[in-house]
Amino acid sequence: MTATTAAASEKIPVTVLTGYLGAGKTTLLNRILSEPHGKRYAVIVNEFGEIGIDNELVVGADEEVFEMNNGCICCTVRGDLIRIMEGLVKRKGKFDAIILETTGLADPAPVAQTFFVDEDVQNNARLDAVVTVADAKWLSARLRDAPEAKNQIAFADVIILNKTDLVSTAELREVEARIRAINPYARLHPAQKCNVEISEVLERRAFDLDRILEIEPEFLEPEDHDHDHNGHDHHHDHDHGLKHYHDEDMQSISARIEGELDPNKFMPWINQLTQSQGPNILRCKGIVALKDDPKRFVFQGVHMMLDGEPQRDWKPGEKRESKVVFIGRDLDEAEIRKGFLACVA
Amino acid sequence: MADAPTTSLTDNVAPIEAGAHVVTAAFLDGAPTLALADGAILVGAPGAQRRLEAHPGGAVLAAACDGARLITGGDDGRIVATQATGEPELIAEEKSRWIDAVAARAGAIAWSAGKTARARDSAGVVKSWTAPTTVRGLCLLPKGYRLALAHYNGVSLWFPNAAAEPTLLEWKGSHLDATCSPDGRFLVTSMQENALHGWRLADSRNMRMTGYPGKTRSMSWSHDGYWLATSGADACVIWPFKDKDGPMGKPPRECGVRASRITQVACHPRALVVAIGYSDGLALLCRLGDGAEILVRREAPGEGAISALAWDERGARLLIGLDSGRAGLLTLPG
Repeated sequence: MTATTAAASEKIPVTVLTGYLGAGKTTLLNRILSEPHGKRYAVIVNEFGEIGIDNELVVGADEEVFEMNNGCICCTVRGDLIRIMEGLVKRKGKFDAIILETTGLADPAPVAQTFFVDEDVQNNARLDAVVTVADAKWLSARLRDAPEAKNQIAFADVIILNKTDLVSTAELREVEARIRAINPYARLHPAQKCNVEISEVLERRAFDLDRILEIEPEFLEPEDHDHDHNGHDHHHDHDHGLKHYHDEDMQSISARIEGELDPNKFMPWINQLTQSQGPNILRCKGIVALKDDPKRFVFQGVHMMLDGEPQRDWKPGEKRESKVVFIGRDLDEAEIRKGFLACVA
Repeated sequence: MADAPTTSLTDNVAPIEAGAHVVTAAFLDGAPTLALADGAILVGAPGAQRRLEAHPGGAVLAAACDGARLITGGDDGRIVATQATGEPELIAEEKSRWIDAVAARAGAIAWSAGKTARARDSAGVVKSWTAPTTVRGLCLLPKGYRLALAHYNGVSLWFPNAAAEPTLLEWKGSHLDATCSPDGRFLVTSMQENALHGWRLADSRNMRMTGYPGKTRSMSWSHDGYWLATSGADACVIWPFKDKDGPMGKPPRECGVRASRITQVACHPRALVVAIGYSDGLALLCRLGDGAEILVRREAPGEGAISALAWDERGARLLIGLDSGRAGLLTLPG
């Protein structure tokens, strides 16, 4: 058997690097490529020349966002990504992972949706994580005037809050709180010149249903999320003197039921919700206990795209409970909670 | 050949170790030729091949053959012409670009990189056009010097030697590969949306061919031009194009039904027989008339999918390539 076949069973991980103009995406990319990690990366960029590392597999992308003609209004994909993946797959075995850098104004959703929609991409590659680089000094302002910047924060699995040396401690806390108001679930790493451990950026498996809880033990418990700093709190705990923000536009909603759901109520509800609210829901995730099912049902989604499957068995003694999380724009929290609670078995 | 008293021709296949994903198979003046994802081209009979480094350090991304020359486009931006003898010839180079599609016919060559499309006539004169979006598929039409370019939301028909802007055949969605019926009446594209779309060129009438579970990436016209065999399903779907309306209102024929996705199809150049390759590495011949099947290659776990099929001019030999780097040459008995 040739090397290419041997590698064929492994899907190539794809890390998406986003971030508003000037936040430091290229710095992070160069940092990843210059580490002595012994791995070979194929890098998809929009502009050549900014990468300071010689890499034979640097691919220029056009960031062509297409609407799929399938009746789904928010189903946009990156046409160029499908084409590039087709070419890269032919060179399988020549590299270990793909890093895709988007432009500063890009919406991460079409990239993520490409992995849900295109069968060939899905068969050969897996979305590892959306990593957003944010500028500690300017992010607060951008969150006010640039919807793209807010999308990138809301969508992220990992946020590198860069250039912390340019702000005071108070300013840093404020921008962290603003990030948490939008996305309390992402891993947040304050950094200078993007000096984060590469392991915090790559191989996150953030979209892997099997790993949803194992990799995010702080799931739904944002107050414990960030170990690099004193815990800051989004929901209720003001004891540490940290600011609490509510973003007018983008919210995260989490709901929990201490018990089982009726699959005949839950499945139609989640499908209907993501169909009708899909354009506003950027990300969703959940782990639910379905009645008479020994396995945990795990799902995640991007806009209208949903991916769900029975995961591992509930462990003996493990509390069978159901949790869901939505991050999105103008979400009707009361309505979502009501709908979820009505799914109780 | 279809009357061969056997149901298996697996013993008639000479194995070839190509060593890299086979992107395209072809016969160059009768010599079996494989274009590979490691940038090389293998020319010659099994065991006596020449390895030509057409895209050193690169990969062949697209290829087309006009019988005498194999035109390959690589991720090194090079367009290379290879013949049965001699060294590969560099035709053009698109610096730091990937070549997404190529076409070749009667001495003319066309290629695209992103939105840039170029056509080169047999005298070597190159004309360029910028498409509205990235060009995914190219087809030189059988009549005149005219190029069809498949892109997002339709196909553009371009006369490279005319000053006029290309004609747009509009259809919503992302169009991938383009092929034209041998008589020049119909143009068909495969689509990202798991469908084919066709146009009757005389009046631009639309034809939708849907129902595929996957993308169609291989299409082949029967020698008489009346049938279009297609990949993308667990059966070889064959659309009728004999009548003036083409397949409109008619169901397609299906043959070679198996529990495996069809990845490649190649119609025999003289008989109504189609060679079919599957994602599990199996290949067979199927007679359009009655669906009778002859096994050519057994499925082999771990050996990948059939990624290329080509008949020689007489239809006596079938060249088979897989994405695992395996390959084989079938020689029909008699």
